Amino acid sequence: MINLNETKIEKTSPTTLLVTRTFNAPLSLVWSAWTQQELLDQWWAPKPWITKTKSMDFSEGGLWLYAMCGPEGEIHWCRIDYKTITKEVNFTAKDAFCDENGTPNTEIPGMNWSNTFSPTGDTTDVSVEITFVNETALEQIIEMGFKEGFTMAHGNLDELLLSLK
Amino acid sequence: MSKQRRDVFQAIADPTRRSILALLALQSMTPNALAEKFETTRQAVSKHITILSECGLVTSEQKGREIFYKLEAEKIKEVDHWLEQFRKIWETKFSQLDELLSNLKNNEQ
Repeated sequence: MINLNETKIEKTSPTTLLVTRTFNAPLSLVWSAWTQQELLDQWWAPKPWITKTKSMDFSEGGLWLYAMCGPEGEIHWCRIDYKTITKEVNFTAKDAFCDENGTPNTEIPGMNWSNTFSPTGDTTDVSVEITFVNETALEQIIEMGFKEGFTMAHGNLDELLLSLK
Repeated sequence: MSKQRRDVFQAIADPTRRSILALLALQSMTPNALAEKFETTRQAVSKHITILSECGLVTSEQKGREIFYKLEAEKIKEVDHWLEQFRKIWETKFSQLDELLSNLKNNEQ
Protein backbone atom coordinates (compact mmCIF):
# COMPACT_ATOMS: atom_id res chain seq x y z
CA MET A 1 0.00 0.00 0.00
CA ILE A 2 1.36 3.37 -0.95
CA ASN A 3 1.35 5.86 1.85
CA LEU A 4 1.14 9.45 0.74
CA ASN A 5 1.11 10.99 4.18
CA GLU A 6 3.37 13.99 4.25
CA THR A 7 5.99 14.61 6.89
CA LYS A 8 5.82 18.27 7.86
CA ILE A 9 8.68 20.04 9.53
CA GLU A 10 8.18 23.48 11.01
CA LYS A 11 10.21 25.69 13.21
CA THR A 12 7.80 26.82 15.90
CA SER A 13 10.14 28.79 18.15
CA PRO A 14 13.81 29.75 18.16
CA THR A 15 14.62 26.44 19.83
CA THR A 16 11.87 24.14 18.60
CA LEU A 17 11.33 21.95 15.57
CA LEU A 18 7.93 20.39 15.09
CA VAL A 19 7.63 17.25 13.00
CA THR A 20 4.09 16.12 12.20
CA ARG A 21 2.85 13.06 10.38
CA THR A 22 -0.37 11.06 9.97
CA PHE A 23 -0.27 7.27 10.21
CA ASN A 24 -2.90 4.99 8.70
CA ALA A 25 -3.44 3.01 11.89
CA PRO A 26 -5.51 3.37 15.02
CA LEU A 27 -4.18 5.23 18.04
CA SER A 28 -3.52 2.13 20.15
CA LEU A 29 -1.21 0.61 17.53
CA VAL A 30 0.66 3.84 16.86
CA TRP A 31 1.12 4.39 20.59
CA SER A 32 2.48 0.85 20.98
CA ALA A 33 4.91 1.34 18.11
CA TRP A 34 6.36 4.41 19.83
CA THR A 35 6.52 2.98 23.31
CA GLN A 36 7.28 -0.76 23.14
CA GLN A 37 10.83 -1.91 22.74
CA GLU A 38 10.24 -4.81 20.38
CA LEU A 39 8.33 -2.49 18.03
CA LEU A 40 10.67 0.50 18.36
CA ASP A 41 13.57 -1.78 17.46
CA GLN A 42 11.89 -2.42 14.12
CA TRP A 43 11.62 1.17 12.94
CA TRP A 44 13.47 3.69 15.11
CA ALA A 45 16.75 3.54 13.22
CA PRO A 46 16.60 4.64 9.59
CA LYS A 47 17.96 2.01 7.24
CA PRO A 48 20.63 0.77 6.95
CA TRP A 49 21.07 1.44 10.65
CA ILE A 50 19.41 -0.80 13.21
CA THR A 51 18.34 -0.33 16.80
CA LYS A 52 19.36 -2.75 19.53
CA THR A 53 17.77 -2.30 22.90
CA LYS A 54 19.75 -3.04 26.03
CA SER A 55 17.02 -2.12 28.50
CA MET A 56 13.62 -0.52 28.36
CA ASP A 57 11.42 0.83 31.12
CA PHE A 58 8.63 2.91 29.62
CA SER A 59 7.43 4.65 32.75
CA GLU A 60 7.83 8.12 34.22
CA GLY A 61 11.43 8.25 35.43
CA GLY A 62 12.26 5.13 33.42
CA LEU A 63 14.64 4.93 30.53
CA TRP A 64 15.28 3.24 27.21
CA LEU A 65 18.92 2.37 26.69
CA TYR A 66 19.71 1.33 23.16
CA ALA A 67 22.40 1.25 20.55
CA MET A 68 22.23 2.55 17.03
CA CYS A 69 24.26 0.12 14.95
CA GLY A 70 25.59 1.15 11.57
CA PRO A 71 26.38 -0.94 8.50
CA GLU A 72 30.12 -0.68 9.09
CA GLY A 73 30.06 -1.73 12.72
CA GLU A 74 29.53 1.74 14.16
CA ILE A 75 27.78 1.75 17.52
CA HIS A 76 26.31 4.79 19.21
CA TRP A 77 24.69 4.32 22.58
CA CYS A 78 21.70 6.47 23.37
CA ARG A 79 19.36 6.85 26.28
CA ILE A 80 15.87 8.28 26.35
CA ASP A 81 14.66 9.27 29.80
CA TYR A 82 10.91 9.35 30.06
CA LYS A 83 9.60 12.27 32.07
CA THR A 84 5.81 12.38 31.75
CA ILE A 85 3.46 9.85 30.21
CA THR A 86 -0.24 10.27 29.53
CA LYS A 87 -1.24 7.02 27.91
CA GLU A 88 -2.23 7.31 24.26
CA VAL A 89 -2.05 11.11 24.46
CA ASN A 90 1.48 12.33 25.04
CA PHE A 91 4.86 11.50 26.44
CA THR A 92 7.81 13.72 27.10
CA ALA A 93 11.39 12.59 27.28
CA LYS A 94 14.98 13.73 27.18
CA ASP A 95 17.47 12.09 24.88
CA ALA A 96 21.21 11.93 25.29
CA PHE A 97 24.19 10.09 23.96
CA CYS A 98 25.88 7.85 26.48
CA ASP A 99 28.10 4.83 26.87
CA GLU A 100 26.90 1.25 27.03
CA ASN A 101 26.24 1.59 30.75
CA GLY A 102 24.02 4.58 30.17
CA THR A 103 26.48 7.14 31.53
CA PRO A 104 25.48 10.30 29.66
CA ASN A 105 27.93 12.13 27.46
CA THR A 106 27.98 15.51 29.19
CA GLU A 107 29.82 17.24 26.36
CA ILE A 108 26.84 16.85 24.07
CA PRO A 109 23.70 18.50 25.39
CA GLY A 110 20.55 16.44 24.99
CA MET A 111 17.28 17.43 23.43
CA ASN A 112 13.82 17.39 24.90
CA TRP A 113 11.01 15.60 23.13
CA SER A 114 7.27 15.95 23.44
CA ASN A 115 5.33 13.45 21.36
CA THR A 116 1.61 13.93 21.01
CA PHE A 117 -0.85 11.43 19.55
CA SER A 118 -4.32 12.38 18.28
CA PRO A 119 -6.79 9.96 16.73
CA THR A 120 -8.57 11.16 13.57
CA GLY A 121 -11.02 8.44 12.58
CA ASP A 122 -9.02 5.41 11.48
CA THR A 123 -5.78 7.32 11.35
CA THR A 124 -3.55 8.88 13.97
CA ASP A 125 -1.74 12.20 13.89
CA VAL A 126 1.59 12.30 15.64
CA SER A 127 3.49 15.46 16.45
CA VAL A 128 7.07 15.33 17.58
CA GLU A 129 8.27 18.52 19.20
CA ILE A 130 12.03 18.62 19.55
CA THR A 131 13.39 21.36 21.76
CA PHE A 132 17.05 22.24 21.64
CA VAL A 133 18.87 23.48 24.71
CA ASN A 134 19.24 27.06 23.60
CA GLU A 135 18.52 29.35 20.71
CA THR A 136 21.86 28.92 19.02
CA ALA A 137 21.93 25.14 19.30
CA LEU A 138 20.16 24.59 16.00
CA GLU A 139 22.55 26.83 14.20
CA GLN A 140 25.50 25.17 15.90
CA ILE A 141 24.07 21.88 14.77
CA ILE A 142 23.99 23.01 11.19
CA GLU A 143 27.45 24.52 11.29
CA MET A 144 29.09 21.57 13.00
CA GLY A 145 27.26 19.10 10.83
CA PHE A 146 28.69 20.44 7.67
CA LYS A 147 31.96 22.04 8.59
CA GLU A 148 33.15 18.81 10.13
CA GLY A 149 32.44 17.14 6.86
CA PHE A 150 29.89 14.77 8.19
CA THR A 151 28.49 12.68 5.39
CA MET A 152 25.14 11.06 5.38
CA ALA A 153 24.77 8.86 2.36
CA HIS A 154 21.75 7.11 3.74
CA GLY A 155 20.67 9.57 6.35
CA ASN A 156 20.61 8.95 10.03
CA LEU A 157 19.23 11.32 12.57
CA ASP A 158 21.06 10.03 15.59
CA GLU A 159 24.32 9.95 13.75
CA LEU A 160 23.69 13.45 12.55
CA LEU A 161 22.70 14.72 15.95
CA LEU A 162 25.69 13.05 17.53
CA SER A 163 27.97 15.11 15.39
CA LEU A 164 25.95 18.23 15.86
CA LYS A 165 24.70 18.53 19.37
CA MET B 1 14.13 46.94 21.62
CA SER B 2 15.67 43.54 22.05
CA LYS B 3 18.16 42.43 19.47
CA GLN B 4 16.84 40.00 16.89
CA ARG B 5 18.07 36.50 17.65
CA ARG B 6 20.46 35.00 15.21
CA ASP B 7 18.33 32.23 13.83
CA VAL B 8 18.67 30.95 10.30
CA PHE B 9 15.38 29.12 10.30
CA GLN B 10 13.54 32.21 11.37
CA ALA B 11 15.34 34.08 8.65
CA ILE B 12 14.12 31.83 5.88
CA ALA B 13 10.62 31.40 7.33
CA ASP B 14 9.49 34.88 6.27
CA PRO B 15 8.27 35.35 2.66
CA THR B 16 9.74 38.84 2.29
CA ARG B 17 13.10 37.61 3.49
CA ARG B 18 12.94 34.70 1.07
CA SER B 19 12.23 37.18 -1.73
CA ILE B 20 15.20 39.29 -0.66
CA LEU B 21 17.41 36.21 -0.71
CA ALA B 22 16.08 35.27 -4.15
CA LEU B 23 16.85 38.75 -5.49
CA LEU B 24 20.32 38.78 -4.00
CA ALA B 25 20.97 35.34 -5.47
CA LEU B 26 20.84 37.01 -8.90
CA GLN B 27 23.05 39.96 -8.07
CA SER B 28 24.30 42.12 -5.24
CA MET B 29 22.07 45.14 -4.69
CA THR B 30 22.13 48.50 -2.95
CA PRO B 31 19.63 49.18 -0.16
CA ASN B 32 17.67 51.51 -2.43
CA ALA B 33 17.50 49.13 -5.38
CA LEU B 34 16.35 46.40 -3.07
CA ALA B 35 13.71 48.52 -1.35
CA GLU B 36 12.23 49.49 -4.71
CA LYS B 37 11.35 45.86 -5.36
CA PHE B 38 8.97 45.76 -2.43
CA GLU B 39 5.76 47.54 -1.67
CA THR B 40 6.51 47.74 2.02
CA THR B 41 8.39 50.63 3.57
CA ARG B 42 12.12 51.01 3.27
CA GLN B 43 12.34 50.60 7.03
CA ALA B 44 10.60 47.24 6.84
CA VAL B 45 12.99 46.05 4.15
CA SER B 46 15.91 47.37 6.14
CA LYS B 47 14.74 45.46 9.20
CA HIS B 48 14.58 42.24 7.21
CA ILE B 49 18.09 42.89 5.91
CA THR B 50 19.32 43.35 9.46
CA ILE B 51 17.90 39.97 10.45
CA LEU B 52 19.44 38.31 7.40
CA SER B 53 22.80 39.94 8.21
CA GLU B 54 22.67 38.76 11.80
CA CYS B 55 22.10 35.25 10.53
CA GLY B 56 25.11 35.51 8.28
CA LEU B 57 22.98 34.98 5.17
CA VAL B 58 23.64 38.47 3.82
CA THR B 59 26.78 40.59 4.05
CA SER B 60 27.38 44.15 2.91
CA GLU B 61 30.22 45.45 0.78
CA GLN B 62 31.24 49.03 0.29
CA LYS B 63 31.85 49.87 -3.38
CA GLY B 64 32.76 53.48 -3.82
CA ARG B 65 30.06 55.46 -2.15
CA GLU B 66 27.49 52.70 -2.32
CA ILE B 67 26.77 49.77 -0.07
CA PHE B 68 25.86 46.51 -1.77
CA TYR B 69 24.17 43.61 -0.08
CA LYS B 70 25.49 40.22 -1.06
CA LEU B 71 24.11 36.75 -0.56
CA GLU B 72 26.22 34.25 1.38
CA ALA B 73 25.25 31.29 -0.76
CA GLU B 74 27.26 28.72 1.21
CA LYS B 75 25.34 29.51 4.36
CA ILE B 76 22.03 28.95 2.61
CA LYS B 77 23.24 25.65 1.25
CA GLU B 78 24.09 24.48 4.76
CA VAL B 79 20.58 25.17 5.96
CA ASP B 80 18.92 23.62 2.93
CA HIS B 81 21.11 20.60 3.09
CA TRP B 82 20.57 20.08 6.79
CA LEU B 83 16.81 20.44 6.59
CA GLU B 84 16.72 18.09 3.64
CA GLN B 85 18.73 15.48 5.53
CA PHE B 86 16.60 15.95 8.62
CA ARG B 87 13.47 15.44 6.55
CA LYS B 88 14.89 12.37 4.78
CA ILE B 89 15.78 10.73 8.06
CA TRP B 90 12.31 11.22 9.43
CA GLU B 91 10.69 10.10 6.19
CA THR B 92 12.79 6.94 6.23
CA LYS B 93 11.87 6.23 9.84
CA PHE B 94 8.22 6.96 9.24
CA SER B 95 7.98 4.77 6.15
CA GLN B 96 9.46 1.94 8.24
CA LEU B 97 6.83 2.69 10.86
CA ASP B 98 4.10 2.66 8.18
CA GLU B 99 5.23 -0.79 7.17
CA LEU B 100 5.29 -2.02 10.76
CA LEU B 101 1.82 -0.59 11.46
CA SER B 102 0.48 -2.19 8.33
CA ASN B 103 1.84 -5.58 9.48
CA LEU B 104 0.43 -5.09 12.97
CA LYS B 105 -2.99 -4.28 11.54
CA ASN B 106 -2.94 -7.39 9.36
CA ASN B 107 -1.97 -9.54 12.33
CA GLU B 108 -4.86 -8.19 14.34
CA GLN B 109 -7.39 -9.06 11.68
